[in-house]
Amino acid sequence: MILFITLICGLLFGFGLALSEMTNPAVVIGFLDIFGDWNPSLIIVMGSAVFVSMIGYLISKKQIKPFFTQVWSLPTSRIIDRKLVCGSALFGIGWGLSGYCPGPGLTSLTNNPAEGIYFVLALVLGSAIYHIQTR
Amino acid sequence: MTSIFNPLAGGLLIGLAAAIYLITTGKVLGISGILSQALFQQKRFIPLVFLVGLVIGGSAYGTLTNQTVPFPDVRSPFLLIISGLLVGYGTRLGSGCTSGHGVCGLARLSPRSIVATGIFMATAIITVYFTK
Repeated sequence: MILFITLICGLLFGFGLALSEMTNPAVVIGFLDIFGDWNPSLIIVMGSAVFVSMIGYLISKKQIKPFFTQVWSLPTSRIIDRKLVCGSALFGIGWGLSGYCPGPGLTSLTNNPAEGIYFVLALVLGSAIYHIQTR
Repeated sequence: MTSIFNPLAGGLLIGLAAAIYLITTGKVLGISGILSQALFQQKRFIPLVFLVGLVIGGSAYGTLTNQTVPFPDVRSPFLLIISGLLVGYGTRLGSGCTSGHGVCGLARLSPRSIVATGIFMATAIITVYFTK
């Protein structure tokens, strides 16, 4: 069951990215380009996604445990540390360079493979470097 | 009309995926985290299935869904690799990306996610300002 629901979530998420055109880095860069020809799409996508996600969060608060697992595994830290700040800053620079964050980067493998292949290889490598460094 | 409908409906689906994932698996739906699980966790099959679904769902772009803006001209491999490295490393160091911090963290009013989202939005906007 968990496998099925995970697949559904992946499909829904990917289709949502496609429908909202977040799969296209030109649309994302159009949003980030606030001093140029601004494209507000991303803020609308984020607003409606946060809204529905918040309803999910409020429902989860009333549940004793998740439907298909035994325990909640949610982040509990509230500390703003250097890792959070530096990591987010680096991520933003990378995101601004290409217009790909991880989700749209992965979907570019099929939508825009001439770019996707390089981005995803480097995405995996970047993630691996962190993994090896902290092992 | 379509210009507001598609981002609104797409966002609702993304939020729905995050909500279902949370109440069924008890986890935050973050793509960078799920990618890392699929790569480095012992039990990698379930996160891998999520990623396959994500790519299949995303491939609806321009076929099942409208494409109103053309893709940018193919950028240099060098730029894409630098970008991928920064996104891959930065999201792990900062514990999340646009989905984990942006969509889920903001919905949970997590102070860490609010700070993270503010920072990556700011550095992305500055980067676009200087590279465009």
